[in-house]
Amino acid sequence: MQIARVVGTVVATQKNKKLEGAKLLLVQPLTLDDQPKGTALIAIDSVGAGVGEKVLVVIEGKAAGEALGKKAAAVDAAIIGIIDAVEITG
Amino acid sequence: MQLARVLGEVVSTIKDANLTGIKLLILQPLSPAGEDTGRTLVALDSIGAGVGENVFFVRGREAAFPFYPAEPPTDAAVIGIVDHWDTE
Repeated sequence: MQIARVVGTVVATQKNKKLEGAKLLLVQPLTLDDQPKGTALIAIDSVGAGVGEKVLVVIEGKAAGEALGKKAAAVDAAIIGIIDAVEITG
Repeated sequence: MQLARVLGEVVSTIKDANLTGIKLLILQPLSPAGEDTGRTLVALDSIGAGVGENVFFVRGREAAFPFYPAEPPTDAAVIGIVDHWDTE
């Protein structure tokens, strides 16, 4: 899983049937210092996240499909949690 | 998934039988600001996208799912045409 920030929303009328009803959010993966890391990606939202929130993202097809609740769905990333706080004590 | 712009198409006559009839698109991934980011790639079209359109695509094994029950050997597929996107 990765820590990311929700930076935008995507609207697509014409899309794969399995994605109908799914909310698509643009997420920017972050380092532990909250710096942007790598390319922003589109993830389906299964927890009701909003723009600006820090979230937990799975970037793997099987896990993302399970978050969507559909078998054999063409998804590779999903938001599975909204992060309240990150504590680094090590 | 990732945002991308369709740059063109690839024509291939001799190819895996499971790819027959499927359009091959050349994609340029885009940042949320709409700028080109990363390397271009070839993806299967599952939605009827065309050159110049903004789309989003899925990577990995799941890229074959839109073509079920066919199982084309692919690592990327266009699964939606983007109407618009908004950033903060």
